[in-house]
Amino acid sequence: MSTLQIKGLVASVAGKQILNGIDLTVKSGEVHAIMGPNGAGKSTLSAVIMGKPGYEVHAGQVLLDGVDLLALPAWQRAQAGMHLVMQYPSEVPGVGLTDMLTEAYSARGRSTDGLAAAVADEAERIHFPVALLDRSLNVDLSGGEKKRNETLQLALLQPKFAILDELDSGLDIDALRDCSRRVEDATNATGLGVIAITHYNRLLEELHPDHVHILVKGRIVASGGPELADRLEVEGYEAFAGPDEQPVRAKKPALDDLFAL
Amino acid sequence: MSALLTTAVDPAAAERAAAMTMPSPELEVWRYSRIAELDLAAFPPGEARTTVIGAEVLPAADPALVARLVAGMAVHDIFDELNAAYHQTVAICVPAGKVLAEPIVVTHRIPLEDSGRAVYPRLVIHGGQDSEFTVVERFESHLDAQALIVPRLVLHAEQAARVSYLGINLLGDKVWQLGHQQATGERDSTTLLATVALGGDYARVRTDARLVGQGGTTKQVALYYADGNQMHDFRTLQDHIAPRTSSDLLFKGAVQDTAKSVYTGLIRIGEDARGSTAYQTNRNLTLSEGAWAESVPNLDIKTNEVKCSHASTVGPIDDEQRFYLESRGIPPEVAERLVVLGFFDDVLGLLPVGDLRTDLRARVAAKLQRRLPEVHA
Repeated sequence: MSTLQIKGLVASVAGKQILNGIDLTVKSGEVHAIMGPNGAGKSTLSAVIMGKPGYEVHAGQVLLDGVDLLALPAWQRAQAGMHLVMQYPSEVPGVGLTDMLTEAYSARGRSTDGLAAAVADEAERIHFPVALLDRSLNVDLSGGEKKRNETLQLALLQPKFAILDELDSGLDIDALRDCSRRVEDATNATGLGVIAITHYNRLLEELHPDHVHILVKGRIVASGGPELADRLEVEGYEAFAGPDEQPVRAKKPALDDLFAL
Repeated sequence: MSALLTTAVDPAAAERAAAMTMPSPELEVWRYSRIAELDLAAFPPGEARTTVIGAEVLPAADPALVARLVAGMAVHDIFDELNAAYHQTVAICVPAGKVLAEPIVVTHRIPLEDSGRAVYPRLVIHGGQDSEFTVVERFESHLDAQALIVPRLVLHAEQAARVSYLGINLLGDKVWQLGHQQATGERDSTTLLATVALGGDYARVRTDARLVGQGGTTKQVALYYADGNQMHDFRTLQDHIAPRTSSDLLFKGAVQDTAKSVYTGLIRIGEDARGSTAYQTNRNLTLSEGAWAESVPNLDIKTNEVKCSHASTVGPIDDEQRFYLESRGIPPEVAERLVVLGFFDDVLGLLPVGDLRTDLRARVAAKLQRRLPEVHA
């Protein structure tokens, strides 16, 4: 049983403070959804936890089984058991998925025997076209293919905790279902703990969260069970904005929200 | 030995060379170069050790044909005349219709005892009508040899011939190279001029690819990687003379430590070259703060109805790519190796000799590993 604790996290990007004190504890096997409007700090939270350059932490801690992740470079956070499924996975020309996984395994001291077969199995399981396995990472992949590829990596690297940064953006309903099921299986099989960051309920219909948190202006303003997402659907983010603050309207449906209907 | 191998001294050319002055870096074609550092008098003519493998299957080259091809080579500077004066010629003439499955490999080596010499290899390649073959030319030297190598290439592809050339510079880092290549493609011919440059102190190659017959195609590809105080310098010309000709160029380079590189390229579409297409791409990775790369693309188009484009970039490793790999638990030095090898992957794939790729990837990785740590003030 592992525990990820985020305590009083305050962080800024480009001189602007975005996270104003985040507290959150996730245990193995749990799925936590963090919902919030645009600009609430959702992607900043994932970038800060994973150690993306360009973000400054002013206060707080992120502890994985007591180890302070914020003191480690990104690659050591990953080796400690943290994983980020990116909203927009970067294209890495000339570097294949197997090349990358070979290095990721080797760096963890894991044997690469049978890696090719494991990749092929996972690809089939998540319906990632085997013909695309030889492509450069994320180059010329559709939105759905990229997210299936991200989920495939998550399944093979077997981290303790994963942040899904808007897994549902740019995804059709079939891909969303495949990716969500694979993540859910990992929570059962390997005790993966999940922080799923999203705008919309749509993801939560596929990936059933144990806890839902509402993030507004860099703070978690409400936490509860899945019913909180239903309330949000009816009342909007406005109901959760503090009394002294300007109401924050839920973002108008973007293109990728059309699938939610 | 079916490749013509001759060594000659042409007193008339030596005299013409003696009357010429060193090129000035004020000239555009020598801009950014290190030519002003060269003490030519310090390098009397010598001979490279040259071997040829794979030409046994060919009939003897026709000396009259070779002389005609050499006569057609433009003389731009004193180095062209010096090569004419002191050349060691290898001539490879592939008869019409002949297809060679295996590449012909020409190797020039400068041993330690020839340190302090200038050598003047000349390679003449003639592809008869509808022939198809590949020639690899390797330049090597003893690591401690200090020398000047002034190679010349004359390549002529007759109608519908498919001729590939790959030059590989594996010279030690005390050797200067001043190369000049001229390729001519007749009607419906295809030429590929590839270069890999890893060695040399200052290593320069000027490549003029001329399309004189309609429907001709030429491709130019280069992989170059300079470290320490090395400098790689490329000048390319895609010269469209006949109608409906096409050219494509992809040059990719990296510089690290205090190394430098220069790429300047010109696409020239002549008045008669209507319906031609020409593309030119040069991308450079700067892997150290003290390294420097210059990229200067140029277009000179004298007719309508053509398709041309050029692109050039100079910059460090992309932060997003690095973070993506590191976020998978890959240490920074491994992530950089993946990105750098990935950067070169497409040019490696375009080289005409596939089984060299593993060796070249290892050499690139070894260079990256030798990179000096950054010194921050």
